[in-house]
Amino acid sequence: MRLALDLFTVLAVSAGAFFFLAGTVGLLRFPDVLTRLHALTKADNLGLGLIVLGLLPRAEGPLAALKLLAVWLFALLAAATVAQLVARVALRRNGRSPGGSAAG
Amino acid sequence: MAEFLVAAAAFLLITVAAGLVRILQGPTAADRMMAAQLLGTGGIAVVLLLAAAAERPAAVDVALVLALLAAFAAVAFVKGATSSGSGDPELPEDDRG
Repeated sequence: MRLALDLFTVLAVSAGAFFFLAGTVGLLRFPDVLTRLHALTKADNLGLGLIVLGLLPRAEGPLAALKLLAVWLFALLAAATVAQLVARVALRRNGRSPGGSAAG
Repeated sequence: MAEFLVAAAAFLLITVAAGLVRILQGPTAADRMMAAQLLGTGGIAVVLLLAAAAERPAAVDVALVLALLAAFAAVAFVKGATSSGSGDPELPEDDRG
């Protein structure tokens, strides 16, 4: 049973790290402000979510596991809100071109 | 097991460091803010991994505070970006408070 949990942790944490990498590559390679924001926020939250998922079996008690989930939930809410705000600023700065590529 | 967690944390740090390149070349301020947001989220993940590796549950609170600060940094950026400091970029320029 212990081995299964460890294997689960290894798989989930490596998947989370992969999504972080995808988010960072998206941040660096994408041409447009809004696409970068999309890639970054989505990949980040998924990466953090998988890492928290992987760390859950290692948490001491239900309370510690709950706190881990709380961290992820808060990061999720914060990132979602921030993505909206930053996107509005980016739109505002580069003129009303939500569709076109922002002249960033 | 702890070694794997520390290795994953190191990998995340490298990923976040690569993400910081966007701050150097980011054309707009929004890009730089996104890289700072990535730093925040990546930092949270690293702190959580190290907390699990070193069996220190107290470090989870550090990650919680870091999540809070990352959110406030972005909100401060948005408030700074709007001329009136109202933080609502949707307001048309002319009738701002």
